[in-house]
Order: sequence, then C-alpha cells, then structure tokens
Amino acid sequence: MSAELPISSADSNAISDGAAFVTVFAGNQMFGLPIGEVRDVFKPAVITRVPQSDGVIAGVLNLRGRIVTAISMRARLLMDAAPDGSPVMAVGVEQDGELYGLLFDRVGDVLTLPAASLAPNPANLSAAWTGLSRGVFRLKEELMIVLNVPEVLRIMQGAQASTKA
Amino acid sequence: MQHFMRGKIMDDLLSEFLTETAESLEIVDSELVRFEREPGNRDILSRIFRLVHTIKGTCGFIGLPRLEKVAHHAETVLGKYRDGVIPVTQDGVTVILKSIDCIKGILASLAQTQTEPAGDDSALLAALDEAAKGEAPVAAAPAPAPAPVEAPAAELGRPLKPGEVTLDELEAAFRSAPGPQEQKAEAAAPSHAHALAQPEAPETAKTETIAAQTLRVSVDVLEDLMNMVSELVLTRNQLMDIVRRSEDSEFKVPLQRLSSVTAELQEAVMKTRMQPIGNAWGKLPRVVRDLSTELGKKIELVMTGAETELDRQVLELIKDPLTHMVRNSADHGLERPADRRAAGKPETGTIRVSAHHEGGHIVIAIEDDGRGLDAAKIRAKIAERGLASDDELKRMSDAQIYRFIFHAGFSTAEKVTNVSGRGVGMDVVRTNIEQIGGAIELSSTQGQGTRFTIKIPLTLAILPALIVGTAGQRFALPQTAVAELVRVSAESGSKIEMIHGSPLLRLRDELLPLVMLNEVLGVSGASRDLTQTFIVVVDLGSQRFGLAVDAVFDTEEIVVKPLAAMLRQLPLYSGTTILGDGSVIMILDAASIGQSAGRGETDNAAKATNDNNAASGHGEAGKESLLLVRAGDVKLMAIPLALVTRLEDVDAARIESSAGRPVVQYRGRLMPLLPIAAGQTLRTEGKQPVAVFTDGERSAGLAVDEIVDIVDERLVIEMRSGIPGIAGSAIINGVSTEIADVSHFLVQAYADWFERKAPPGAERNLLVVDDSAFFRNMIAPLLAAAGYRVTPASGPEQALRLKEQGVKFDAIISDIEMPGMDGISFAMAVRNDAQWGGTPLFALSSRNQPADVERGLMAGFNAYFAKADHRGLIACIDETLAPKGVAA
Repeated sequence: MSAELPISSADSNAISDGAAFVTVFAGNQMFGLPIGEVRDVFKPAVITRVPQSDGVIAGVLNLRGRIVTAISMRARLLMDAAPDGSPVMAVGVEQDGELYGLLFDRVGDVLTLPAASLAPNPANLSAAWTGLSRGVFRLKEELMIVLNVPEVLRIMQGAQASTKA
Repeated sequence: MQHFMRGKIMDDLLSEFLTETAESLEIVDSELVRFEREPGNRDILSRIFRLVHTIKGTCGFIGLPRLEKVAHHAETVLGKYRDGVIPVTQDGVTVILKSIDCIKGILASLAQTQTEPAGDDSALLAALDEAAKGEAPVAAAPAPAPAPVEAPAAELGRPLKPGEVTLDELEAAFRSAPGPQEQKAEAAAPSHAHALAQPEAPETAKTETIAAQTLRVSVDVLEDLMNMVSELVLTRNQLMDIVRRSEDSEFKVPLQRLSSVTAELQEAVMKTRMQPIGNAWGKLPRVVRDLSTELGKKIELVMTGAETELDRQVLELIKDPLTHMVRNSADHGLERPADRRAAGKPETGTIRVSAHHEGGHIVIAIEDDGRGLDAAKIRAKIAERGLASDDELKRMSDAQIYRFIFHAGFSTAEKVTNVSGRGVGMDVVRTNIEQIGGAIELSSTQGQGTRFTIKIPLTLAILPALIVGTAGQRFALPQTAVAELVRVSAESGSKIEMIHGSPLLRLRDELLPLVMLNEVLGVSGASRDLTQTFIVVVDLGSQRFGLAVDAVFDTEEIVVKPLAAMLRQLPLYSGTTILGDGSVIMILDAASIGQSAGRGETDNAAKATNDNNAASGHGEAGKESLLLVRAGDVKLMAIPLALVTRLEDVDAARIESSAGRPVVQYRGRLMPLLPIAAGQTLRTEGKQPVAVFTDGERSAGLAVDEIVDIVDERLVIEMRSGIPGIAGSAIINGVSTEIADVSHFLVQAYADWFERKAPPGAERNLLVVDDSAFFRNMIAPLLAAAGYRVTPASGPEQALRLKEQGVKFDAIISDIEMPGMDGISFAMAVRNDAQWGGTPLFALSSRNQPADVERGLMAGFNAYFAKADHRGLIACIDETLAPKGVAA
C-alpha cells in the first residue's frame, strides 16, 4: 500500500514561500520533510534484517521490485525503540540513485507553511537533533522539526567516515 | 556554406558525424603510437591515412572548413609517409598527433555549440607543412635498425664498435617486436563501444569489415533491454514458484519452454553488455607516449589481458581512474633515465597494465618498476596533516601507511605537476571504484616499484544461488562457490569432530574447517545441535571449508542488486536480491566467510589430514594420542597430543634471550622456549622442533630434539615418578617411555599459567571421575584455572562413597569407559539418588559417535564432550553454574 506524492518541481533544497511539508511522528515528536524530497509514503511489508549492519539500519525491503534501505528514525534520532508490534510507516526518499525508507511511527497530514515562519533551532534542542534539523515551525499545538534529509542519510560508514578529510 | 544545412537533418547528421569521428580519432591515436614504433608497417599507415582521409571528406561535406583544413594538411603528411617520399620521424608523428588533438578540440566545441569555433591554426598548419617537407631534424630511426652510437655505452664502459648496439636499443628492439598477446590486444582495441558485435567475430585487421558486421545501438536501448530481461527473469521465477506448488498443472510444460527461452535471452543480452577492457585502454599508449616525451623519461607500456571482458557500465567508470593511475606511475613512480641507470635499472621504465578474471571478479593491475612509495615521506605527511597520532604512526606497518595516499588531498609529490596533479586525487579513484562494488589495494617496495590492484565484480547480473537458512533468516550463496551439500548424521559417513574447541568436518578423507553461519553473522537462535545441521561445502578454489546452516532451501536464479550504499562496507555481503516470492534476502560473500574459517582452524585441519586419526587428539576409543619425542638424555618421551596446539619448526637463528631465558617471537608475542629433558641444549642453527601450547593469547613452547612418532596408546601409567616434569612412565609400543608432565613446564613458562581470578565468594566444587590418573592430573589443573575446586575420584565407586559421606558438588564430570562401573551406570545411579539427583553431570569421553552421545544423554548426562575438548567443557560448566551465587 503506498501513495505517490506529487513531487514539487521547485528546488527541493530551498524552503520557498508557502512550502509544503509531509508531517511524520517518531516517539510523540512531530517532524516535517519538505515535500520536494519525499518520493512516496508507504506501509512497509516485510523488512529483512541485515546482520552486522549499523544499528540505525532496520534492514532492506522490496518496493515494487526495487530494493529500499530501511532506516529506523527512532534509532537515528537516538530515541528508544518502539515496543514490538508497534505500527510503522515509511517515507520514501532518494539519494544518488538509491532508495531509502525512513521509518516513523506514523505519518500525518501535508501542511503548507509560510517560509517566514521557519525559526532557527531552539537552544534547548539536543545536539543530535540539531545536527539533523533545518529549523522548526511553531505550530498551534506543537513544534515541527524540519528534517535535513541528506544529513539523516549521512550514516557513519565505519572506517570510511573517519578517513574523510 | 556554414549555414547551408540547418534543422533536424543537420543535427542528426552532425551527431552521427561526431560519434563516428570520435571513435575514429581514438583509433588513430593508438595506431599512430604503434606506427611510430613500426614505421615500416604499411598496414597501420594505410589505416591511419584512410581514417584521416575520411574525416577530411566528411568535414567538407558537412561544411566544417576549419576541420577540413587541419585534416587535409595532416593527410598530406601521412600521404607522403605512405608513398615513402619522406622518412617517418618522431617530430613528424608528434605534429600529426597535435593535429588530431586540435581536431578533437574542435569537435568538442562543435558538440556544444553546433558550430565550428573560430580559431587560428596557422602555427599547426605551418608545422604540418614543415613535416611534409621532410625537413625535421633526424631523431631516432626505426627501432629494428640500430643507429650508430658515439657515446660510450653505459654497461660496457667503452665506446661501441661499429655494428654493436647499446643494451637499451637491443631491449627496445626486443620489446617493440609485438608479442602474441600484444598483437591480440591491439587487434581487440578497435572494437566499437556501442555495437552489437558477434562474440565469435574473427579478429580482422580491416576496420571496415568489422563495421559491416555490426550495427550501432543506443546505450539507453541496451539498458532498457537489460532491465526488462531482469524483470522477466523475476517474473519467471515467480511463476515457477507457483507452478511448483501445484501438483499437476497445464502450465508446467509451456512454463518450462518459457523458462529456457528466458535463460537464453538473458545470456544473449548479458553478452551485449560485456566489452573487452582493451576499450578502456585504447587511450593509454598515446598518453604514455606523450608523457614520456613531456617528462623526458623512457617509458614502455605493456598491456596484457586486453580481451578480458567486463560490463560496459563498469568499463566507463574505470576508464578515468585507470588513466589517472598510469599517469601517476609515469609522473611520480618512474625515475628519469639517469636516475634509473644510477640505480642499476634499465633506462626504460615499464608500466604494466593487466587484467584477468578471478571468481566473479575482474582483477586489474597497474604496476611500475619505478622508485616505489617513500614510506618515510608519507609518514611525515600524515603527521603534518594530523591524520594520525605519533603513537599510531609508530605502530602502523608500511602497508598501512601506504593506504593513506587514498586520503583526499594527499599528495607527497614535491610539485604537483600538470600531468597528474590536476585535481583528480587517489581518493576520487577509490571512491569511484568502491561505488561499483570494487576494491583497490596497493603494494610497494621502495626502489623497486609500486603495484595497484583493482578488483571489480563482473556484471551485476543474474546468477544461480543456493538459498540457505539460519536463525530463521534466509540468505543466498552463489552456486559457483558451492561444491556439495552434506547432512551430518550417523548414516552419511561424515561427522563433526572437535579439535581444540574448534569444530571440523570429516568428509570422506578430508578434514575441513567448519564455520557456523549464525556465528559469522552474529545472530542467535540457530540450532546448536550439530547432529542436525546441514553443511554446505564451500570451494573457493584457494580454500575449502564447511558452512553449517540450519536449513537448505533450493537453488534459484537470482538477480543481483548491488548493495545499498550504507551496506557496502560490510564484507559479509556481496549484494541483495529479491526472491520469487518477493522477499528480499542478502547475498553472502563466500570469500569473506572463508576468512573466518581461515583463522587457525585450517592449521588444525592441515595437521590432521597429515596425521589421520592420531592427530585428532583423542584417537581411537579408549586410547590417548601421544607425541613421541627424543630430547637430551631421554631417548623416548611422550607428550599427550590433546594438549598440544601446534608442532613448529622454529628457525634457531631467531631464538633470542630474555631475562636469561630463551624466547622466540611467535604470532606477534614472545614465547618462552623450554627444554623438556635433562642434558638438552637448544639448537643454535637450523631448525628447532617445538611443541606449542596455547592458552588464549599466550603460548609456551616445549623444545625437543626430534619428533619421533605419533601413536595411539591405551595409557596405563606404570610408575609415578617424583621427578618434576615427568608424570610417570608407561609401556608404549613395548618400550618403557616417560610421560611428560606438561603442567610443570607450563607453569615454568608462565608462573600464572593456571591462575585465573575466581569470582569472589563463588568457589564451586567439582567432582572429576576417571580411572586414569594421568587424565585426572591433566584435567584438574585446567578446571582449577577456570576457578573451580576439584576433587578427583578414581572411579564411580569412590565417587559414590563420597556421596555416602554427605559431600555435595556443584557439578560432576565423568569418563564413560571405566572398569567396574562405567559412566553410564554411574550417571543413572546419580540421577536416581536423592542427594545428587539434581547435580549437573558432564561426560568426558573419547567415544564420540552420535550413538554414544545419545546413550550418555539418555542416561542422564547434561552434556557430552570429547576428551580433548576441555575448553568446551569448561565453557559449558561456566554457563551451567553461572546464574547461581553471583556475588551480591
């Protein structure tokens, strides 16, 4: 079961005026992904675990014949794991021709927010989250943290990471 | 005339022209370089002439005057060479090459802007005219005919006599004569990159004939074709899966037909993607030639294996890295002729580029015989850049240091030359190679040269794989690595044996190291019952081992998908795939699993295959395996083989002295060497035989004079001796033989060999029941070292008497084969007893047939171990007794 979201033709890196965000939730915190960076949203079927892989990698899965690397966002955000059997939704993103599924607890609505309202990361945001965030939107009832997808996907690759200049 | 043809027709024509001409020019390049070495070769010359002539003609037709002029002038010179009007000179060839470059430049601009760029070629044209006049100064004459030399030849140290040639010229003549491989390589080079060539097309020298048998196909079309075929294969797999499950189906027959047609289609499409690597090498001769002129060095390029095929996409990706590395070798690796002469090397440096298939990979090597990498310089640079601490630097081997050249921005060249320093670093090379799932290694010897080895997987394609399972998960193992499947059971004639705690598979007359897949993967939940496992016998060519899995499913044709970027550095996997049922599974890399097998276990396997049963440490039922040695005054002494880790022949010259005791470097640590008998002296030259005992990381070596034999004997220790170092003597092979007291020596080597910290307040009492005093003496110290208190009993009778006395134990370890009451009866007695009924019982026996094990377990033993497997026993005892009495 998956939904293809219209991919914005605007420059996906810039948060332009009246930009749309896909809202997602991990452990009660709301996050937002610029719609231009989201390929689709789907309920992952079976995720094959990959023994010996980084703890953040939940495994690999098959999406319409293509292999998608599933990343547990709870783990990525240094949160506790959800109890076994909790629902999971995946947000499909792409980088360098490869597909990734960011696993969240659930997906919310698509919100269109004025660019002007994007606020810098609050001082009390944890260091880990600050690194992954591009800013926040203060909504009526909660804070939406805008995720920096390329940063999210920059997962330590063992020895390679330490030798990068 | 320039705006004569515009519009769609013109664009198509233009792009056709550009593609065709680009190809021709590349051929011209390598042909010219060849031609320079064999100016007498009329074939090559005609070919070059024809190509340039065609370019000129087409330029004129389309309306590209500038190009036409340059081509025309070049053609003039070539025409004169062809007609023999003027001699071929190096300068002349250089000018022609320059004109080819000029044409390339114009074409590039043409591709961008659709019009010829404005430019002044008068200098070039003038140079071409000069060349046509044949007035260029005489340079090196054609190689086969040596020129007279006035200067003294380097080696001879005297001027050459008429008719003599220098060594270099001789070598050059030798090398320029095309060898059989070079001829093949050069003939293969002109094959078109975009054509659907017949794989068996005879290699003809006529480019036109090849052109007639091929046709140009867009790369995208091939790509689509490949994807469609992959989808087809997957769908076919799905259908097969469904049909297989239904008993009788009218689909079976047509599906079979579909399946075989799909297989053929698959193979055919795959072939279209395969290209000889020579295509990537096409530019190299020209590059090297230019470099040698520019740098004033003499460089010879040798290319072997140009016909080795690999995927077109992969080829594209490695073209630039390869060129870059060759440039590096020429620029930084090879020395100037004067330096080479001073170093006693031939003046002409050689760069060797080779390729061959190995397993599912193509291995490409780039090697030079230059100055090699300067480890000291690199170390300095690392320190300067702060990439590693001084401490770390000290501990790094040269090989590890060399790998730092793959760091971004790392260049120890004194000046970054125009040639290789142009922003393409080795880090980019490595990234490019790793992105396609390949790996790059380098080795270097200072003063001798450097060698880069690149290993790239062949087409990420479709291959047959065996699906296996462990711990509830499935994995794919490429069929090419699978030799056979073995089910371990009493009937199959294969069994698992334990040697020093490592499992080995006895397969007919082979002993193979065994790797548990679940252990390699670090997953739990696999069956621990070795009598129920399947063993996949993996054959990697260089290595054979058994892979123990829980289940074997079937063989499937899988489409290999490259590993996701984040998983690429995991050596265990070589790809991912989607099975017929839609599930994603990982593809295992057999070679990397083989590496876990290679650690130590193979040594045992090798030892055992040499020594048959005797080396297994426990020998035939009821007998001990003994190593018979001669040492010092003792003619014959026996060492229980079960304790020996390895037999080594140590190079006596390497024996050092530490604190007055002899030691030798062994596996990265210092190992004490102890003579085992009185009157023994260690050798000072030649080989010193040593029996090595290893416990964890420490080793102790017992030195002997000679290893006489290995025997299986029922050990009955006749006499106890009071002599330290001798446990007693026994009759072996009818001869009275002393038995070494190994513990004595081990304690001499390391006073704390048997000491380990026992967990505080958790001292456990163990009862060891065995009629063999020798064995009791052997196992007791080991158990004590593990932190247990040991009470020995010479038999069940004595043990049961202890029970009457009310003694309680935390665990009981018992032999099986004992006179009087045997272990089985003993176990049953214990189990029926109120006091000891709940005590954990462990069997330790030299009888290990599954039937024996079963009998033991039925009788009430908790676990059953081979006599040699003291480590397994201790681990099990630890595990069993652990939960109780943990210090509060």
